[in-house]
Amino acid sequence: MKAHPPLYGLMAEFDNPTDIVNATREAWDAGYRRINAYSPYPIEELSEALHFHTRLPLIVLIGGIIGCVGGYLMQYYMEVVDYPINVGGRPYHSWPSFIPITFETTVLCAAFAAVFGMLALNKLPQPYHPVFNVERFALATRDRFFLVIEAADPKFDREETARFMASLSPREVTDVES
Amino acid sequence: MADVDQPHEDVRIHGTAVPVIEPGHTFASVTDKISSLVLKRRTPVYWFIGFALAFMLAQMLLITITYLVFKGIGIWGNNVPVGWAFDIINFVWWIGIGHAGTLISAILLLLRQEWRTSINRFAEAMTLFAVACAGLFPLLHTGRPWLAYWLFPYPNTMGVWPQFRSPLMWDVFAVSTYATVSALFWYIGLIPDFATLRDRARSRPFQIVYGLLAMGWRGSARHWHRYETTYLLLAGLATPLVLSVHTIVSFDFAVAQLPGWHATIFPPYFVAGAIYAGFAMVLLLTIPLRKVYGLEDFITMRHIDNMAKVMLATGLLVFYGYMMELFFGWYSANTYEEYMIFNRITGPYGHYYWMLIFCNGVAPQFLWFKRFRRSLPVVFIISIIVSIGMWLERFVIIVTSLHRDFLPSSWGMYSPTVWDFSMFFGTIGLFFSLMFLFIRFLPVISIFEMRTILPEAEVEEEAT
Repeated sequence: MKAHPPLYGLMAEFDNPTDIVNATREAWDAGYRRINAYSPYPIEELSEALHFHTRLPLIVLIGGIIGCVGGYLMQYYMEVVDYPINVGGRPYHSWPSFIPITFETTVLCAAFAAVFGMLALNKLPQPYHPVFNVERFALATRDRFFLVIEAADPKFDREETARFMASLSPREVTDVES
Repeated sequence: MADVDQPHEDVRIHGTAVPVIEPGHTFASVTDKISSLVLKRRTPVYWFIGFALAFMLAQMLLITITYLVFKGIGIWGNNVPVGWAFDIINFVWWIGIGHAGTLISAILLLLRQEWRTSINRFAEAMTLFAVACAGLFPLLHTGRPWLAYWLFPYPNTMGVWPQFRSPLMWDVFAVSTYATVSALFWYIGLIPDFATLRDRARSRPFQIVYGLLAMGWRGSARHWHRYETTYLLLAGLATPLVLSVHTIVSFDFAVAQLPGWHATIFPPYFVAGAIYAGFAMVLLLTIPLRKVYGLEDFITMRHIDNMAKVMLATGLLVFYGYMMELFFGWYSANTYEEYMIFNRITGPYGHYYWMLIFCNGVAPQFLWFKRFRRSLPVVFIISIIVSIGMWLERFVIIVTSLHRDFLPSSWGMYSPTVWDFSMFFGTIGLFFSLMFLFIRFLPVISIFEMRTILPEAEVEEEAT
């Protein structure tokens, strides 16, 4: 019966940030959970409307701690345990001189954790995604805002969800093929 | 009622006489204008002329490095007692220039200075290229650059480890961390703009290249949330990092016993000097760029004015550093310290000191006046003078301190050779070649961040 490829979801297009935020809130309040919003720039209210939180700061903290402890222990092992050299009678464990490099390794590991943690949690790089099948979605990186309700949402019903999305007064509602 | 609650939101665009972005722009116009520089607009003839000149100088660098590796660092003028000269002067000069990029992108972000938005992208590019130029000098000064990896702690068959009590090792870690974090910060900032270029590009190769670089970015609200978190955390990490880098560079000197180097004022004074030189370079690049590419709407006189003010403030800090060096030379009551100051001012290199005082002490004073800050030629010329002044500062600190130390029998004079100059001007060529390529192939202004400062970007909350 279905000649089309399976449906990924429905997409509604908006042309200003206020409408997309309101639409996302309404979709959440209507009980939809597998929804996502797309915008050309970060909108704080939008991730709030999706009740979204991230563990990223914790990952960065762990990265920083690993860098800090690892950097110090590396120097301790090399200068005190494995290759002790007497420099002007200073103690082998001359900790003040180990601080600058400990600081640098802390920042380095935390920065790596932040960047690669963000990419991993976002599942990037991801060259293919169903939303790219919609031609007008190219405007999501220019001046348009999109709300997607996935077909996998338990509450999703093709007719009823389409009606719901139309009630949000979007510019257009389109099918997203997967 | 809503108006009273949110004064900040209104002030941020309309609060001052000269806005950070000219009125009338929309998401679409900002996107199209900036992306068209890369995708549509014909490359201006100035670009070809500028790139050709810069590339010629970069070739000179290549010849110099080839001869240097072939012959050895004896082709440079530095020798005992001045064992460090142009290589460290240029290293510190370039690293210092790099600092403004991180300052603009990280510190001004944390301070919520919205005017940073239109200049952070190319200031960050400037940082990266300046650090690349800086890195060449210590690398080649090792004499055997192919063994430079010995500086890193890796398990080796020689059974030795680097000496972490040495500031030179701290420098290796500081500069390589700085280069890495700056590159990450820059690339992360570019991802949404790569996506914009991917979606705007008409030709297949551009679509593919920008598509690969964008990594499938699609502007999902969840992605943006993590992205903003990352960006803010990176800014928080880069802020102490940028202060640490020049601090550690100054330790290269301050930890030594030599009069003229052994001073506790060095770290703050070097950091201020770095920001000062960096803003001068940003202005040197901004003023022609906005003119040639018609970016006056995005880089307004407000930006020029603010950067000139930062330059003035840091210039005064640097000048305070010079005064304190004189004061401590006298106050130490130490013969060697006193002689170092006396020799610096009246010795064989004294005229460089007075040029330095003119460049960094006198010239920036014009920036007290709004009339001069708002005049592009004046700001441009002062920026050139400041760049020269900051180079002279390192020359004075390094050469005049080294050439006459404790023992008169080991005194000597230093003069650079033609290879010193060809290497220095060669890195300037490399820097500008990279800048020109950057301007041609990447968005010089962060497109997505420009969208956020437009009035239409604000979500209007319903009055409840």
